[in-house]
Amino acid sequence: MHDDLNWAIGGEAGDGIASTGKIFAQALSRAGRHVFTSKDFASRIRGGYTAYKIRTSVDEVQSVVDRLDVLIALTERTVDENLDELHEESVIIFDGDRTEFSDFEAPDDTVGLDIPLKSLAEDAGGAIMRNIVALGAVCAVTDFPIENLDESLEKRFGNKGESIVENNKQAARLGYEYVNDEYADVENPYELETTDNDYVLLNGDEAIGMGAIAAGCRFYAGYPITPATDVMEYLTGRIEQFGGHVVQAEDELSAINMALGAARAGARAMTATSGPGIDLMSETFGLVATSETPLVITNVMRSGPSTGMPTKQEQGDLNMMLYGGHGEVPRFVLAPTSVAECFHKTVEAFNLAEKYQLPVYLTADLSMAVTERTYEPDEFDMDEVEIDRGKLVDENEISAWQNEKDQFKAHAVTADGISPRAVPGTEGGVHMSTGLEHDELGRRTEDTDVRVEQVDKRNRKVETAEERENFDYREFGDADADSLVISWGSNEGTIVEALDYLDDLDVRVLSVPYIFPRPDLTDDVQAADDVVVIEANATGQFANVVEHDTLERVDRINKYDGVDFKADELADEIKQTLEA
Amino acid sequence: MSSENVRFTDFKSDKQPTWCPGCGDFGTMNGMMKALAETGNTPDDTFVVAGIGCSGKIGTYMRSYALHGVHGRALPVGTGAKLANPDLEVMVAGGDGDGYSIGVGHFIHAVRRNVDITYVVMDNRIYGLTKGQASPTSRPDFETSTTPEGPKQPPVNPLALAMSAGGSFIAQSFSSDALRHTEIVKEAIEHDGFSLVNTFSPCVTFNDVDTYDYFRDSLVDLSEEDDYDRHDYDQAKDAILDADKEYMGVLYQDENSTPYHEAHGVHENMAELPDGAPDGATDLVREFY
Repeated sequence: MHDDLNWAIGGEAGDGIASTGKIFAQALSRAGRHVFTSKDFASRIRGGYTAYKIRTSVDEVQSVVDRLDVLIALTERTVDENLDELHEESVIIFDGDRTEFSDFEAPDDTVGLDIPLKSLAEDAGGAIMRNIVALGAVCAVTDFPIENLDESLEKRFGNKGESIVENNKQAARLGYEYVNDEYADVENPYELETTDNDYVLLNGDEAIGMGAIAAGCRFYAGYPITPATDVMEYLTGRIEQFGGHVVQAEDELSAINMALGAARAGARAMTATSGPGIDLMSETFGLVATSETPLVITNVMRSGPSTGMPTKQEQGDLNMMLYGGHGEVPRFVLAPTSVAECFHKTVEAFNLAEKYQLPVYLTADLSMAVTERTYEPDEFDMDEVEIDRGKLVDENEISAWQNEKDQFKAHAVTADGISPRAVPGTEGGVHMSTGLEHDELGRRTEDTDVRVEQVDKRNRKVETAEERENFDYREFGDADADSLVISWGSNEGTIVEALDYLDDLDVRVLSVPYIFPRPDLTDDVQAADDVVVIEANATGQFANVVEHDTLERVDRINKYDGVDFKADELADEIKQTLEA
Repeated sequence: MSSENVRFTDFKSDKQPTWCPGCGDFGTMNGMMKALAETGNTPDDTFVVAGIGCSGKIGTYMRSYALHGVHGRALPVGTGAKLANPDLEVMVAGGDGDGYSIGVGHFIHAVRRNVDITYVVMDNRIYGLTKGQASPTSRPDFETSTTPEGPKQPPVNPLALAMSAGGSFIAQSFSSDALRHTEIVKEAIEHDGFSLVNTFSPCVTFNDVDTYDYFRDSLVDLSEEDDYDRHDYDQAKDAILDADKEYMGVLYQDENSTPYHEAHGVHENMAELPDGAPDGATDLVREFY
């Protein structure tokens, strides 16, 4: 009996794939099981292949693997798309009345369960519930108590009325019973245990939104763009409960400028976008940085360049975040490495932005942004959230920062590079800010000494941060191994799982959530015999940074086909690279 | 500083403007400062935003909290600031290029959003700081370095744009008529919603057509027209689309429009924060059970 189950539902966009997947994922999570979801979706509203995959186990799961155990195939293409992952114990649920295939002949003796999903759904009250019939069938196939679906159905359909909920529960039961009655003789290789554990299930975009509210973000302006829109959708309707507001701006230029305005007025403010939006924001990014305005800019990366592959995975924007914009201005770049870390790094991003008065890029990649994962709820302990507003000064502190004419030195040159900050409304703090080079008062200057002084002052904030903060990496695997694997962003979970497939190959893994400022990897890299940097882009942008920092050549594993790394295939690649 | 003691000179910085002698922007800015003082505002509670160009320099010459931003994006900055702290008096200044060319998209959306800010556009019908190119309000036959035979296209009519976008306060003034200009900006500040004041602010260096004399002779002051009702949409529309005359005054006002903060319930000053996560934040986690 297998407890670790890889499940998928596939069909056309518009078939309710995502909501069906979510209902099942929540049911599993509420039953005390760990869940990791992934989505394969196309940039269209209806039609085209789309799939929602779930990996579930009583143990922690943090990546997808190349194996599919139970598949709900709403279309024939669903089977074709997943052929490589099917095996002799796979079960495929399909509706012979509806699909083009009336029988199922798959490789490796796969079991096909032909279930009249549509007509059973009609018996329960409507053909639209055919996916729920299929979920009921899945419960039968996996020995998963069907009562666990009920709560999920209530959560999903509760606002549509009691009868809709009841119909859906009935639909699930009809599917469940159909399998038990008609396929009683089919041997069932899966049995999903339930536990008493309480988990929460959320994705990276939601974790960023939740982190923002926890950190006191009150103002959000954004423009819809895949895959960052979920951040805005999460905040809408929630941030208001905490005295905040979301504006859907007319474009990204407006979004970042609104956020800048709110930040200057004293609010913790954020915008979120994806690569093309960052391009549009770049001019204002420079203004944010040189006017020393605290702002969090979330970049949920997708496959580029240009419109690229908007619904596919990539980590291709690292260079842009590190170096983008004309001229030279300090910025911080944080790259959470897991869904839970999206929450924590968002909180940290707001604190860093205000402590150092500069723009902070917070970046997730598409995989992490749309991937749901289960966690212990105390991973998101609100009591541990601390808010540090840095050198925000009030009326009483102003005089210390005024010149002899009572003018406020908003860009005072200080030893740590950080100036006092007064927001409009603060008596005595009147000043102007500008994207022009300016003196301590914020006034335009082309004085050579002042220019150098201000550039140095801004850059000094980075040195100060490196002294005061802990820009560290996390470490996995064998601490004494001669081979070193380095990763950033969402690949961490996959790499951790890949360790299980490495057999007798020992590796030390460093997962780096800080892109700039970043931990110094020189000693680690120089101590290792072999170093490989894993990232979802073609040119090895982080590998280049590592080489630059350490003056050592490193190997690279790059994936840029738009698809996530998978633990087992990644293990093979690591072996090949390190043993070459 | 309490608002009773504020004089318009309190809004004046000690920085000498680098505008050309005789520039219309002096009068435009003076009127803005007077209007702010006379409506009971203080430099401490005023936030002035501007973009790029001669108009963009205004934050340097005024004394208030101010931001000199990037070209064309001043309105979104003002919008964010006003929503984050509704207690601020937010005034946005721009030029005709800043507001009606590179920033025209933001202009339309700022009008329809109806956030309670005052937008003063210093309209000189030319690009001054880049030394004399055509602007979106230049006349079709206006010869410049980049349009030697004139732009050969109709100018933008900012008042018509504002009206079509649902503007609730649409006004035009003339920088040289200090009294009327100040009055109009005061009314704009007092209007509850987005206010456009298109201010003719002649460029004495590069525009020899849209001059002080031209505006002085041609502008029709609506306050002297007995039968003009600014609340009459059709009358305002006719005046705004009048191809033969240009008007000064409040062309249209809808005092019953719903400003953004009321429509969306945005009333809090967002600057104040607790030391940790806000009360009730744990409920956000519970949602994911």
